[in-house]
Amino acid sequence: MSNVPSNLKYAASHEWVLKNADGTVTVGISDHAQEALGDLVFVELPEVGAHYDAEKEIAVVESVKAAADVYAPIAGTVTEVNQAAVDAPESVNADAYAAWLFKMTPDNIADVDALLDAAAYQAVADAA
Amino acid sequence: MLKQTVLNAAHRALGARMVDFGGWDMPVNYGSQIEEHHAVRKDCGMFDVSHMCPVDLVGADCRPFLSRLVANDVAKLTVSGKALYAAMLNEAGGVIDDLIIYFLTDTRFRVVVNAGTADKDLAWMQAKAAEWKMEVTITQRRDGADNLGIIAVQGPNARAKVWQVLPQVKAASEGLKPFFAAEVDQYFIASTGYTGEDGYEIMLPAGEAEAVWNALKDAGVAPCGLGARDTLRLEAGMNLYGQDMDETVSPLDAGLAWTVAMKDARDFVGRAALAANGQQKQFLGLILLDKGVLRGHQKVVTAHGDGEITSGTFSPTLQQSIALARLPLGVAIGDQVEVDIRGKLLKAKVTKPVFARNGKAVI
Repeated sequence: MSNVPSNLKYAASHEWVLKNADGTVTVGISDHAQEALGDLVFVELPEVGAHYDAEKEIAVVESVKAAADVYAPIAGTVTEVNQAAVDAPESVNADAYAAWLFKMTPDNIADVDALLDAAAYQAVADAA
Repeated sequence: MLKQTVLNAAHRALGARMVDFGGWDMPVNYGSQIEEHHAVRKDCGMFDVSHMCPVDLVGADCRPFLSRLVANDVAKLTVSGKALYAAMLNEAGGVIDDLIIYFLTDTRFRVVVNAGTADKDLAWMQAKAAEWKMEVTITQRRDGADNLGIIAVQGPNARAKVWQVLPQVKAASEGLKPFFAAEVDQYFIASTGYTGEDGYEIMLPAGEAEAVWNALKDAGVAPCGLGARDTLRLEAGMNLYGQDMDETVSPLDAGLAWTVAMKDARDFVGRAALAANGQQKQFLGLILLDKGVLRGHQKVVTAHGDGEITSGTFSPTLQQSIALARLPLGVAIGDQVEVDIRGKLLKAKVTKPVFARNGKAVI
């Protein structure tokens, strides 16, 4: 059973989103996603300053067995990336909610509220 | 409905992550694929390979039948128990399957074929035996009342662990050089494998497989899934049927020339096509110099034309991405080439197609 913290919002494509006090959001992949991928060995993150529409490919995570795209959960501009996740991809396996991937300034912060809550995402993960 | 091996319940009890592997419900890992990989290189791991299909050949014509059936030459099998790796070709010289042939007596051989190809292999063998009027009975031992389970125990400590659990096989198996087999009562103990490590592949009555599996686990042997099996075989430079070669690929273009015996005039299926076509490509290794992961079907750009990766992964032993690739003739070991990964050209170095064996890097 994977861990789905209730203080986060989720995209059906398995990203988690945390609203920060400064108006940005932090994004990573869910515990369910890291478990399905297995041991991660490569993380590729977007350029700071780049703008992405919602559901666009924004990053790549690769495990020993497969490559997976990470999608922008909402539209926004990348403000920061987590180099520590690039340097140690296994940190995402160890704690997918601590090892965030990038931060972005949403075009519209209300988009976050339209994402899945923990219960709805748990249902998505259970069906996968 | 996925097929299950006799160890399915044991995998589930261990919390394995199960996947559909060519129609079989198989464990891909029991937690960390990388830890399972290291267990085999450094200590001892075990794999359920009961989805693979043992085929028993019995009859006066076993030798002449196999001599025509496969591209390697069973005349090399002179000592009872010796094993031979061989490719079974179609008339066009493409690989129907790769298999291991164990020579037991002149009227009894055992062949082990891949899981996904077993049905077509058996049909092909039966058709050829009839066409050539060979006196040979061909019996699969994977499904049905008389079926076998197969557990591969691999790693530097594999032999000792097997003897601890099955002390009755020690005397017959301790002297086995690589690529031999010994039969002890109901156990078929082979010093073959798919990891580049020492160890045994044990065939045994399916009904005994779970008890032996659990005893090995209790003896400290790490259960390993198909994920680790793939990274281990790729590091060891061993081909995977369906990825590195198939019915459209010549063994000469898949790094299997060493298994094709053309020195004498022996007639075998596919020989004429191999002689006519010769070698068109070379099968070599790649190590990625930039960051990323090499994968099958990625394009390789070289000074001599484009090639293609057939298998790629991240090597837990080298801590770098490695691949097997089919490259144009003219490319040399040591050359730097580029690999197209999601539209970016990343640098890679051409190597021998073997990366790690016996616990350490060989590159």
